[in-house]
Amino acid sequence: MDTYYNPADLAKFSTMGEEAPELWKKFMAYYGAVFQEGALSAREKSLIALAVAHAVQCPYCIESYTQDALEKGSNQVQMTEAIHVACAIRGGASLVHGVQMKNVAGKLAF
Amino acid sequence: MELVELSCDAQLEYLNNIKSIKLFTDKVIEVNSHPLKSSNAINTMQINVGKVCNMACKHCHVGAGPHRTESMSQEVMAKCLQVLEENNFKVLDITGGAPELNPHFPWLVAEAKKLGRHVIIRTNLTVLDLAEYAHLPEFYAEQKVELASSLPYYSEKDADRQRGDGVFHISIKVLKKLNELGFGKDEGDLKLNLVYNPGGAFLPPSQKSIEADYRRVLSDQHGILFNNLYAFANFPVGRFLSFLHDSSNLQRYMERLAAAFNPATLNNLMCREQISVGWDGYIYDCDFNQMLGMNCSPKHISEFSFEGFQEREILMNNHCYACTAGSGSSCGGAVV
Repeated sequence: MDTYYNPADLAKFSTMGEEAPELWKKFMAYYGAVFQEGALSAREKSLIALAVAHAVQCPYCIESYTQDALEKGSNQVQMTEAIHVACAIRGGASLVHGVQMKNVAGKLAF
Repeated sequence: MELVELSCDAQLEYLNNIKSIKLFTDKVIEVNSHPLKSSNAINTMQINVGKVCNMACKHCHVGAGPHRTESMSQEVMAKCLQVLEENNFKVLDITGGAPELNPHFPWLVAEAKKLGRHVIIRTNLTVLDLAEYAHLPEFYAEQKVELASSLPYYSEKDADRQRGDGVFHISIKVLKKLNELGFGKDEGDLKLNLVYNPGGAFLPPSQKSIEADYRRVLSDQHGILFNNLYAFANFPVGRFLSFLHDSSNLQRYMERLAAAFNPATLNNLMCREQISVGWDGYIYDCDFNQMLGMNCSPKHISEFSFEGFQEREILMNNHCYACTAGSGSSCGGAVV
């Protein structure tokens, strides 16, 4: 194995159903239902997926949802703003844990 | 930038050498629709009056541009009009290149209107901002033609990346003029339809969804009205095929189109109710077959007979996957 992430592996996703077909079937039915038009449009859901893909740093998801967002009619300005939302939440989540640091330090210090 | 256009043979070789997809013909056989035949009525004659254009867009399947010289003669136009008159074709659909750059174009439009035909003109908008052609919007209004205008996206950056710097700004200026003349309003009979196409090697969004985005942005930011938005797929033909090949996107794009094959589109394909005539009078099933040199038989408009063209077998190749992907694509946008 030359690399942990091989672009060709994305097409092998369905092999995850080989050992647990019922769980795979349920997951895919759920996955498909999640991305249907609902109270949120399919385009909005695609942008959320793109942002989450960056938050969880999954290269497969980034490739898939970059193409999907374009095919839902989004442009690169909108896609970049979506990634900034992920970035802000990730950064904010780190920063807000600083309150824990302050709590602990406050308890330990004179 | 020097533009070098691929020959028909070179294009067909690219299209036929994608081993990871089924041949389109085999796919049609698989869904029991082979041979694919045109209907017994022909509603539309589409005429490509030439490859000359003031622009050279990256997605152009014609490979049109200022460097091209092919342009339909008045003699061939007269033959087309004769066929239009002798047969019950309801619509004349004029495309190019920029059709306005053919010197006989106003005559063709006026003669077709005298015959009582509905005339659709596919305009790039920017040509109507050139001094020599700036009178044509008024002519279009007088003749009551329907316009199908390229505007590949509702933002300047994305539209200009595809069509060239400054094109979006000029397009907006021309659209405002067309609105002032009455085009694009709900009431009235001056139809102004816009055309979206993807800014690269990906499929178009749902027509309904992207139309709503266009309507909101163009109205809010520019005060522009239009009747319908057509979402076209980019066709792996001409300059877009060169781009796919040179950027190593060809296989992936064709796999994407083939995976999205929707047999429900087959009944409504534009080739089933039209003939397409090239600048030199040769007849094809569609403008894409025209650019690949896939002639109908008999070949020339001077040999046309209704009986020879109704229920004819449509000529197919792998580029046809672009018409059958998802909701389908035609000169009138999505087909299902």
